[in-house]
Amino acid sequence: MKALRKFLDKQKPHFQQGGRFEKLESTFEAFETFLFVPNTVTHSGAHIRDAIDMKRTMIFVIIGVIPTLLFGMWNVGYQHFLSYGQHTGIWTNFIFGLGKVLPIIIVSYAVGLGIEFLFAQIRHHEVNEGYLVTGILIPLIVPPDIPLWELAIAVAFAVIFGKEVFGGTGMNVFNPALTARAFLFFAYPGNMSGEKVWIADKLDSFSGATPLGKALVGNFHNFPSVHDMFFGFIPGSIGETSTFLIIIGGLFLLITGVASWRIMLSVFAGGYVMGLIFNLWGANQYMHLPAWEHLIMGGFAFGAVFMATDPVTSAQTTKGKYYYGFLIGMLAILIRVFNPAYPEGMMLAILLMNVFAPLIDHIIIQSNIKKRLKRARVALIE
Amino acid sequence: MSTVFFIKKGLDIRLLGDAEKIVVDLNPRLFAIKPTDFIGCFPKMLVKEGDVVKAGSPLFFDKYRDDIFFTSPVSGKVSGIRRGAKRKILEVVVESDGKNESLDFGAADPAKTDRETIMKKLLKSGLWPVIRQRPYSVTASPKEEPKAIFVPAFDSSPLAADFDLVVHGHGEEFQTGLDILARLTKGRVYLNVHAKKTMSKVFLNAKNVEINRFKGPHPSGNVSVHLNRLSPLNKGEVIWYVYPQDILAIGRLFLSGKHDTTRLIALTGSEIKHPQYYKTRTGASINEMVKDNVQKGELRYISGNVLTGDKIDKSGFVGFYHTQVTVIPEGNYYELFGWALPGFGKFSMSHTFPSFLYPDKKYRLDTNMHGGERAYVMTGMFEKVFPFDIYPLQLIKAILVEDIDLMENLGIYEIDAEDFALCEVIDTSKTEIQRIVRNGLELMRKEMS
Repeated sequence: MKALRKFLDKQKPHFQQGGRFEKLESTFEAFETFLFVPNTVTHSGAHIRDAIDMKRTMIFVIIGVIPTLLFGMWNVGYQHFLSYGQHTGIWTNFIFGLGKVLPIIIVSYAVGLGIEFLFAQIRHHEVNEGYLVTGILIPLIVPPDIPLWELAIAVAFAVIFGKEVFGGTGMNVFNPALTARAFLFFAYPGNMSGEKVWIADKLDSFSGATPLGKALVGNFHNFPSVHDMFFGFIPGSIGETSTFLIIIGGLFLLITGVASWRIMLSVFAGGYVMGLIFNLWGANQYMHLPAWEHLIMGGFAFGAVFMATDPVTSAQTTKGKYYYGFLIGMLAILIRVFNPAYPEGMMLAILLMNVFAPLIDHIIIQSNIKKRLKRARVALIE
Repeated sequence: MSTVFFIKKGLDIRLLGDAEKIVVDLNPRLFAIKPTDFIGCFPKMLVKEGDVVKAGSPLFFDKYRDDIFFTSPVSGKVSGIRRGAKRKILEVVVESDGKNESLDFGAADPAKTDRETIMKKLLKSGLWPVIRQRPYSVTASPKEEPKAIFVPAFDSSPLAADFDLVVHGHGEEFQTGLDILARLTKGRVYLNVHAKKTMSKVFLNAKNVEINRFKGPHPSGNVSVHLNRLSPLNKGEVIWYVYPQDILAIGRLFLSGKHDTTRLIALTGSEIKHPQYYKTRTGASINEMVKDNVQKGELRYISGNVLTGDKIDKSGFVGFYHTQVTVIPEGNYYELFGWALPGFGKFSMSHTFPSFLYPDKKYRLDTNMHGGERAYVMTGMFEKVFPFDIYPLQLIKAILVEDIDLMENLGIYEIDAEDFALCEVIDTSKTEIQRIVRNGLELMRKEMS
């Protein structure tokens, strides 16, 4: 450890202003602070600081998605062999899935972090940790058969146009991971929807439709069991299938306080309420689907726990978070049931509410301002 | 008794090194008045090196408000005027002759003295600057009349001095001081005590004031919190506030006619061998207190508490408004994978460190930042330690873009930089929030004057 520190101290001057590699200062700083928490001390304001920092926060989100990631890898293999009618062991499934998923993760990180480093360098900024999370979320919301070059373009689009043009981490309007998915969805719809894409290298004759796909066309025969949908033994995006493990990850985020419970809770509440409204309406078979069943299908749970809770693109005020989450839940189910083109509504619901989040905050802050002005007027009259 | 205001949002940071209730008399050789303690003050010197002064002799005055004098706390001679960059005056040092002779400003009975005479006496004796105002937390303007005066009778910040001890045995001076304050406003004087911890009869039996009781974690002792609950400040309104040790000095001025700022200073912090109280005067050098009384290693000496205090060196001086000196270790070290390890023994309000499992543990915290500065990403954190009906992050951002109207609308008049200290401590993005807020307040003050 000391030797490593010595080595870094020796190299550091080359990367600072006037050094040989001064253009790579941000890159050096990123690697150095990855290895060592810096030795900077407080020099204004409070003399002591909480031990938490951005890296700590981000790593906890990553820990939160690891259960779904590992299960997703296994499920990719399981679904593949299932389409051939084979029942194989845990490890065979997992290793097949690993072979499919690992390249996706590598491409996601390589392209995304590459662009992040480049922008940090141009702006003489430190490299923000936000992409560490985005980079793992993207592989979890794409189908296992996604062509890597398409993914690379989508990641580049998301990072540049979803984030950097707004000023980088903390300034973006849209959730970067969902921006990548939306790009794929509209640019390469053939690889993002339908019956073919959700099972890796499946047997052609085998139907690979997701529960949502079936529900949309009114095919409620041989619908997967609630058990399978809850625990995730169904085809779908890599990380979205197991509601159970998503809840486990969500609980971890809630206990550690990294994600907002207000948003999570209200997304589920919104979805459930919309489901109930459809139950009352009951114009077709899809509307009769029990409201709670919506919550364990498709990407609803994953979106609620890991996507809607992105602090940058969600509402920032405490009250606003309730409205923001509730509307996401309602819209997601509304799009699912009514829109003939998109079987899943979660992605579009979250992106839409990303746009409205600042408006929600604005309304809530205005009411605070009005209250203050009213108090001042009353004081003036007295 | 009146209702108890329970402050729910906030955080008590438990540190090692609470001062024992032992009081030691201390007569240090050097004292100093630091013009930098008085925000917005532009000092014009009235003495030069070598001049002989008494307690209450003017050292300098404020160029922009030339009736406000700053006077020597002790008798002796001016031994140095220390200047910083651009010849800014940092410290006016007085070498004490040990006699503590004071100029005589004449005793007076508060009940029989009119407001103008009281004001004149306070201004001339140099005790006026103990009265500060909101908004902006600057020395009160003698030309205004406040709608109320606030006296916080407890300090909720980490390792704070016990104000019960500060006023112990000084009931008469304290009451006289309160009587004087009551003459300065047509409104009320609010004496705000802790619902459980305040035991002193000096506070609980005080007259001529309205006593209110508060409880809950820090910042429950901050003036802004009391203000917010009792009489929220609107645009154009002014309140004044004074701390108990300064009220004692005001009381003495009117009882004896002397300038006597005798006060207790709590010497605290994990690196102090014998944390205890020292009885001395305003602006005392800490040299004698910390000599042979600190642990080894690189140390941070703080005049005030760890949240809002000023960094001083080991022969520096206690600030004009401070009742506490804190010494903690510097945090000038690297930590391999510090952000990824479990981090037992580290302090964090977040639940990403195990510290939330043992809330009663006391910590030896250093000055390490524990991370680099980043953009604001997390939301909803500040609200947990910010007990006001104000949106902290939005206000900070309004200040950063210098939007005067928005700052005003979001309630900048109601707060002070110190109210954001806890936000700064728990900030994941490691930004200098108190400095930002102070800049915002200064911007407003210039804009409004």
